[in-house]
Amino acid sequence: MRRMAAPVAGLLLNAAAGVAAWVLLVLLAGCAALVPVRGLGVRPLARVRSWTHGLAAFQLARADRALGHEPAAPESAHAQEPRENAHARETAWLALQAVTGPGGVVLIVGVLSAEAVIWHLPTARPSIQLTVALSLAVVAIGAVAVAAVPLLHRTQARLAELLLRPGDTDRVRQLTESRAAAVSAQAAELRRIERDLHDGAQARLVSVRMTLGLARRASDPAQVRELVGEAWESAGQALIDLRDLVNGIHPPVLADRGLAGAVEAAALHVPLTVDVDVDLPARLEAPVESAVYFAAAEALTNAAKHSRAQRAWVRLRHSEGVLRLVVGDDGRGGADPRGTGIDGIGRRLSVFDGTLDVRSPAGGPTEFIVEIPCALSSQKISPS
Amino acid sequence: MRVVIAEDLALLRDGLVRLLSASGFEVVEAVDNGPMLLGALTRHRPDVAVIDVRLPPTLTDEGLRVALEARRQRPGLPVLILSQYVEQLYARELLSDQAGAVGYLLKDRIGDVDQFVDAVRRVAAGGTAMDSEVIGQLLTRRRSDEPLGRLTPREREVLALMAEGLSNAAIAARLLVTDKAIAKHINNILTKLGLPPSDDHNRRVMAVLAYLEAEPG
Repeated sequence: MRRMAAPVAGLLLNAAAGVAAWVLLVLLAGCAALVPVRGLGVRPLARVRSWTHGLAAFQLARADRALGHEPAAPESAHAQEPRENAHARETAWLALQAVTGPGGVVLIVGVLSAEAVIWHLPTARPSIQLTVALSLAVVAIGAVAVAAVPLLHRTQARLAELLLRPGDTDRVRQLTESRAAAVSAQAAELRRIERDLHDGAQARLVSVRMTLGLARRASDPAQVRELVGEAWESAGQALIDLRDLVNGIHPPVLADRGLAGAVEAAALHVPLTVDVDVDLPARLEAPVESAVYFAAAEALTNAAKHSRAQRAWVRLRHSEGVLRLVVGDDGRGGADPRGTGIDGIGRRLSVFDGTLDVRSPAGGPTEFIVEIPCALSSQKISPS
Repeated sequence: MRVVIAEDLALLRDGLVRLLSASGFEVVEAVDNGPMLLGALTRHRPDVAVIDVRLPPTLTDEGLRVALEARRQRPGLPVLILSQYVEQLYARELLSDQAGAVGYLLKDRIGDVDQFVDAVRRVAAGGTAMDSEVIGQLLTRRRSDEPLGRLTPREREVLALMAEGLSNAAIAARLLVTDKAIAKHINNILTKLGLPPSDDHNRRVMAVLAYLEAEPG
């Protein structure tokens, strides 16, 4: 009997969740209908969606237990999913839950009623055979019903899992895409470096050697001086080319001071008053540091270039395994989240399952929010 | 004039020793890492130290850290930091104690021997030698600054050279004008920026740098 307790309780809870689903469905429809009326329903809609999300999360956790799965890390697989997809999935699940939730209880009650009806069938000529046949039927139906209870319970759990958790195929597609993007971005980067070296420092050194070769052959001291001067200029330009190149690959200040120092240094490069607030107990993995640094630098450059901002702020925190970077400015807002620079940041972050959210209502303020699930490295930040 | 050199690449270290010796400096020690540099600075108490920002063992900004530490122990110890790149953050840290006698130059500048030697002497004498790149970045960052906007193009040129740490005579020589004309420009600049006039050139330079370093806007 104890083996039945959990599934029965589960079915009852599911029925309750089904009733809740009905209520939420009605509320969702009501709020959605109010959205066109001067946006009246927008905020309540968000509220109802968060309730829906809460109910879905509760059911998903129960489903995990019922199916004997390890509870999944919260939201890890969702990190990359657009919010609209999650809403769509949850609404579909709500509709299904509204029907199937009470379904189990209805089925059981139905079976029991059927048995009662069979048992009390008015029989004209009661006979032993008929009584035995009816008894067998009642026992058989009852056995099927008892067997169906855990099955129903598991089916409902499975349905919840199917609808509420983006499947492995989605995840695999996501990883394939971000890996392909990372590989091609890396290849493009190498090509750019090769081209820059070829057209820049390499070419200049060739010219230095050529000029010095000429100076070696020249006999007129004035001409020698002139040629050496030319070579000297070229060598200087080669140094400038190399410095720019190195800065684009890996800013030396990032190597020297880590993310905190590098972000502080980046803040000094823009003509804005920037409030930098970095609180990280340890260094991050180098590739993550680099991606976050370039995201912060790009966001600050955007703020300085396009937003007509006076002040900007950078906040960097790490908590519960997630690194969160916020770069904001008090400018006029309206930043295009599909701009090339922003798009590039997004692609760079996607390799680390990171997300970029740009909130930039017309009139401002603009906020770039970057989140990357990552661990801190054991290397402590050395005091400076 | 006694100088300590810290540079980990032998090619550049030997070059620096040769260049400074040929220019009348006495190189008392040339080291190739941070801990040895700190020892050399305490032991020799040199008139000036020429230090590569990136040194072993960490191969990060070890040179700068040692220089700052040495200056904490002995305020105003003249140090000239050399680097393959300039970072405003580091310039700010070097200048923050307001003691002067600091330099921060790109390694490229060594190629201009006369100007480089002049910069080393200036730092040894308590002056400053800030790379034109640092000053350029500071000026760009403050491009919307109103008092700076009131400067004439010539005054901006003078301001930039002054912020690098050049003396009036050196600025005059660069811009091919008289010392007197430069003195007048400098007075105008200080007035427009609301900085107090001073007879001490180093103090004026520090005031100008502090002005440019302040937060914009």
